[in-house]
Amino acid sequence: MTVDRRWQISLRVLALGYLALLLLVPVALIFYRTFEHGVGAVWDSITTPAAIHAFQLTLEVTAIAVPLNTLFGIVMAVALARGEWRGKGLVNAVIDLPFAISPVVIGLSLILVYGTRGWLGGALADAGVQVIFSVPGIVLATIFVSLPFVVREVTPVLKEVGDEQEQAAATLGAGGWTTFRRITLPSIRWGVAYGVVLSVARCIGEFGAVSVVSGKIAGQTETLTLLVEKRFGNFDLAGAYAASALLALIALATLLAMTAIPGRSPDDLRPSGTVSRRRFATRDVRRSIAAPSHRVRRPASTIRRHTTRAHRETDPPRREEGDT
Amino acid sequence: MILVERVTKRFGDYVALDDVSLSVPDGSLTALLGPSGSGKSTLLRIIGGLESPDVGSVTIHGEDQTSVAPQRRGIGFVFQHYAAFKHMTVRDNVAFGLAVRKRPKAEIASRVDELLEIVGLAGYQTRYPSQLSGGQRQRMALARALAVEPRVLLLDEPFGALDAKVRADLREWLRKLHDEVHVTTLLVTHDQEEAMSIADQIAVMDHSRIEQVGTPRELYDRPETPFVMRFLGPVTQLGDALVRPHDIALSVEPRAGSFEAQVARVVHLGFEVRTELVLGDGQELAVQLTRGEADELELAVGDIVHVRSTVLPRALATRAPEADALSA
Repeated sequence: MTVDRRWQISLRVLALGYLALLLLVPVALIFYRTFEHGVGAVWDSITTPAAIHAFQLTLEVTAIAVPLNTLFGIVMAVALARGEWRGKGLVNAVIDLPFAISPVVIGLSLILVYGTRGWLGGALADAGVQVIFSVPGIVLATIFVSLPFVVREVTPVLKEVGDEQEQAAATLGAGGWTTFRRITLPSIRWGVAYGVVLSVARCIGEFGAVSVVSGKIAGQTETLTLLVEKRFGNFDLAGAYAASALLALIALATLLAMTAIPGRSPDDLRPSGTVSRRRFATRDVRRSIAAPSHRVRRPASTIRRHTTRAHRETDPPRREEGDT
Repeated sequence: MILVERVTKRFGDYVALDDVSLSVPDGSLTALLGPSGSGKSTLLRIIGGLESPDVGSVTIHGEDQTSVAPQRRGIGFVFQHYAAFKHMTVRDNVAFGLAVRKRPKAEIASRVDELLEIVGLAGYQTRYPSQLSGGQRQRMALARALAVEPRVLLLDEPFGALDAKVRADLREWLRKLHDEVHVTTLLVTHDQEEAMSIADQIAVMDHSRIEQVGTPRELYDRPETPFVMRFLGPVTQLGDALVRPHDIALSVEPRAGSFEAQVARVVHLGFEVRTELVLGDGQELAVQLTRGEADELELAVGDIVHVRSTVLPRALATRAPEADALSA
């Protein structure tokens, strides 16, 4: 055994051990603890009215936040990757704020704006809309924390794909919307899908910001993560584990969905200009050039009919100055 | 006919086109030839509507197109890197322009098949661009551009991304295609051989300006500037004039206007014999002879011969490179 080989193995053991201790063992233990006392107890624990409501609320919030962020993300990514406008650098930096700021701070800042004594909250309360300690607040907090994912996934894909295909579509007569729908969107679809999956995972798992703005009213503003925390705080460990296992299962399902996205393979991201099968090129070109001329001529005459205006003058390619 | 009149285009401080005018006759295949950065692609993109000029106008078939969107110019554009729609089959790629125009499905299908036949891709309808070679992708892109029956076809370094052999084959193929289809074509290239071999008319560009426009023969035989002379073929310096190496005659005896030179090297390349000489003032000179001429003179290294230009001396003072840069 060479030294290199030994190094390889010890590095692998180290990396796998790190992963196991920090990720696999804790998650596995959750599942172990959950099902320690049988499936029946778990089922009872996740079908209490509070648990069902928390589960529903989490899904509802996700179902509102993710589409909004997807729409915003695509528009913003196109603006960042294709547009040249003033303040672009600033906006680009601001989009990362939710990554940079602690979710608790985000929650507090939302209270400052939308709380009853907040900047907008008073007016909204007069209009009968309660944001903080209510579902709209949870939605806002969730949108805020999951804002950057789609933008950050789609922008590099747009840059990599380039705008030549869009220009080609324009020269072929396609307007802006048609080009976006038929050319741009399909070429970024896997980037969008990846961003959506990440957003979903973040929305379902969000705790900090939601915790601050929700008020944690059981059966009303309690999401799944808040339920886990409450049960844990009340020493209902079995209940906490059961709810955690549910969260972990949803997360695993999202992860599986992500690995199913084919666009992550380098093949799909390669720009069309790179030639992957050059060895075929010469042969195929020869074949087409050597194609019997009668095969070529017949259809060409059809074209000629369409382009009569363009070819009247075939012989003298250059005219005298006086002619023009 | 494409008419470009006094077009100027700046990108920031950089002047990409400086008061450029050009006319492309109907049905011709015209090449825009120049080194990279000479402005040829910018000019093509302005004609195609992908860039807009700061000053000047573009007219196609007598209609002012300067501020018309590319969608409505009636052009076909082919890009150096194909710009294939990667998520669409070959058939859908070629059909795109017709589908956008909402033509009947049956008409689109037959037209697409017809075009794929012309470009030699019949039977490739259901393939994706990633399953094609570079040459095939470019022919697909040509079919796609031709599908909408463009008034003019604009090709931006169409063979630039292909290897030498495929490039030479496709070049010949494009010339044949043009002879069949006769659509007014403007082709951008930095390869003088490519331009000389397929174009009816060449516009040579350098430093954001058009240096000279003419047939390949005119440009080669009667270049108006040293740049054009150098760009279109090999040159050597004899006295104060630039001469093509095959326009120099060697003789044993002095003749009127001849210079004395010593043979420094003789390279036999089959029919052609390349000779390097040194003039009395130390200047080096390259001469291209036929095998017969070389044999007749019995050239050997060290021989003293007399050289003279066989073409009329042109008022073509050699400019220093600095002067070129300043004038641009």
